[in-house]
Amino acid sequence: MTGQATQQPLRAAVATPESAAATPAVTPAVGAAHPAALGAPEAILLQARDRDLAAAAPYLADWETFQRELSELPELPDLPETRELSALRQAAIDRFAALGFPTTRQEEWRYTNLAPLARAAFQRAPVRMLDGGAASPSAAPVVGAPRLGPGAVARWTFDAAATLVFVDGQFAPELSTGAAGEGPLPPGILVTSLAAVLARDPRLVTPWLGRHTSFQDQPFVALNTAFLHDGAVVLLPRGAVLERPVHLLYLSTPFPVAPVRRSRHASAGAGAAAAAKPAVPAPATVSFPRNLIVAGEGSQLTVVETYAGEGAYFTCGVTELIAAPGAVVDHYKVQRESREAYHLATLQVYGDRASVISSHSISLGGGLVRNDVNALLDGEGIDCTLNGLYLADGRQLVDNHMRVEHAKPHCGSHELYKGILDGKARTVFNGLIHVHPGAQKTDAKQSNRNLLLSADAIANSNPRLEIFADDVRCTHGSTVGQLDADAVFYLRSRGIGEAAARSLLTYAFASDIVARIKVEAVRHDLEEYLFARLPQGEVVRQAV
Amino acid sequence: MSLLEVKNLQVRVEEREILHGLSLTVNKGEVHAIMGPNGSGKSTLAHVLAGRPGYQITAGTVSYEGRDLLALAPEERARQGVFLGFQYPVEIPGVSNTYFLKAALNAVRKHRGLPDLDAVDFLKLVRQRMKLVQMDESLLNRPVNEGFSGGEKKRNEIFHMAVLEPRLAVLDETDSGLDIDALRIVAAGVERLRQPDRAFLLITHYQRLLNYIVPDRVHVLVDGRIVRSGGKELALELEEKGYAWLEALARSAPGAATQAPAPSPAVPVPAAGA
Repeated sequence: MTGQATQQPLRAAVATPESAAATPAVTPAVGAAHPAALGAPEAILLQARDRDLAAAAPYLADWETFQRELSELPELPDLPETRELSALRQAAIDRFAALGFPTTRQEEWRYTNLAPLARAAFQRAPVRMLDGGAASPSAAPVVGAPRLGPGAVARWTFDAAATLVFVDGQFAPELSTGAAGEGPLPPGILVTSLAAVLARDPRLVTPWLGRHTSFQDQPFVALNTAFLHDGAVVLLPRGAVLERPVHLLYLSTPFPVAPVRRSRHASAGAGAAAAAKPAVPAPATVSFPRNLIVAGEGSQLTVVETYAGEGAYFTCGVTELIAAPGAVVDHYKVQRESREAYHLATLQVYGDRASVISSHSISLGGGLVRNDVNALLDGEGIDCTLNGLYLADGRQLVDNHMRVEHAKPHCGSHELYKGILDGKARTVFNGLIHVHPGAQKTDAKQSNRNLLLSADAIANSNPRLEIFADDVRCTHGSTVGQLDADAVFYLRSRGIGEAAARSLLTYAFASDIVARIKVEAVRHDLEEYLFARLPQGEVVRQAV
Repeated sequence: MSLLEVKNLQVRVEEREILHGLSLTVNKGEVHAIMGPNGSGKSTLAHVLAGRPGYQITAGTVSYEGRDLLALAPEERARQGVFLGFQYPVEIPGVSNTYFLKAALNAVRKHRGLPDLDAVDFLKLVRQRMKLVQMDESLLNRPVNEGFSGGEKKRNEIFHMAVLEPRLAVLDETDSGLDIDALRIVAAGVERLRQPDRAFLLITHYQRLLNYIVPDRVHVLVDGRIVRSGGKELALELEEKGYAWLEALARSAPGAATQAPAPSPAVPVPAAGA
């Protein structure tokens, strides 16, 4: 790598009272149990030009439909928790109505223009209710499922303790394995769909749902919360150890207006996807997957989220990951959405004392992608690793926003995000490490490295530190550079062709992130993806 | 036919002329040493022969086995048997030394019309060639040059050369930065690879290397020209007298560039400047 590098070990930045006041010490907890904590619309400081309220209107209209669909469900238990969730959705849609779509005038969205998303129309799969993992008689069939042959799912699956498949945001039990006690999962472990839990006993999830995920100033978290209904629930009790990963697979399909007859034949054949394409473009799908992953005290869990799809669609997701004291959680998000897709998703990590959390973001697909990763380290002795690899070419836009809150002393956080850009791709890395007052002995490291393979690609990188403690070690750095000409020549001088040499070095750039992936199937898939995507990938395959 | 024939080579880097008409002939099986002070153009010559981008060839020709070497891409030169041992070998994290070498060897073999070596035969070859440079086997499984000591990097270059079996090996200051033990090992490796169908161009600042590798010819490069050529005794003379007298000679003889140095008898040494 060549290019400018800034490596600035910062000892301690002494906070002024003003800046301390401007940055709240703790993210306000917003949750089902605290609807009063939700911001009232009049608290908004945004100006009209900072938000696009018109873009929000179709979602507000659809939310009314969504409410009607929910009210028609017979199975919802009559519990205070059910009503709390209704209040949460109501608060969230109110907040979204007030926030609207952010424009690039907002600092957090400065490089990510959502105008194409705002202009696009989407259709949501109608709500259906699942009871205990099986479709109830009154439920509509999964809309996209008939269009997906078993092969379409098998392409993404691997040996896992359980595989939950979601099609257009809805749990597809017929495509899933190992959920809700039917598989070999040890007793006490719950892996199922959120819709099923809400139908059976929402009390299993309300203690956590929305607890640490603020939508106060995150419009798409608000939007997801407003449509909160389905997604994955993974609950590990105290001391449980799951050696194989839990795989959560989200597939999006072009939304059929009417039943597509051809799909029945097509689902049997290998060319299903191509043959099933209707002549008239189907309206694009929007889905709001809401995932809750809770690793109990001293438990151990590996979770892989995979997002993929076909055609144009919009995935607006939220995953809440909670690690109880001493829990060890290894999380992966593999984003392989279609090139026409919009993917805007938030991962909210909450770590309790002595938990060990790692999350890997592998962002390969999508047309417009925004990954928000927020981690709140709220106990002593937490170790949190956040790794990322993003590839972008053509006109892809990939925006990674990271926020790590060191709220307690003696925690370590390690962030390494690497980007490979080609064509006219644009990427954003915006990372904040926020060390709260009293979070002494914090050891935080943040690094963002970008490799530009073309002159037209643009990588924006903005690592930031806000430190309000005086005995910490925090470093951050970012680089944007091209392939090292010396290294290219070195490889060529040994007989490796130029394209292969460049690919080999590109692969090498990504290799440390690849090597850190502990789930063999995920690592292998990524390697294969890179061999296929890089020119002369066969030489690379041979040489690494 | 000579293996390598450089005629009146003139090379510029960013508008500055580095080589001002260099001529050199290397035959099969010969070992030539190119000596000279810093900035004389030694490394430029090595890089131009290997095809490093960034050099403008303004005049002259280089023929290798009768073909125009300058028309070939670096990888094509490598596949045709030209090897450059780098003064500063590049670290390539994430690429295994062994697998990379296998890809390189198979690229070379493909060009020669040979089938790919399978894993077993390749490992056999690698083990055998590692012994030549007394390289630790652990370096095989590490990424290319990553975390290698200076000596390990240079040994790795000789190891690559031993596996790729070039017909012309250009070693650019392979001796610099080596302690005497490492130097002996590297030199012994080169000596063992010396064969009737393989020529070496040793580029060096110091005579030291030539205590272990006895060259057939020694050329002294000063200010982008070969100012003296001779047998191995020239190296000893340089060791005694340093380069100053030759630099003075180069300054006082502007026509030096047009001399055809290699086959001609050594120019009588004038006392000038001494």
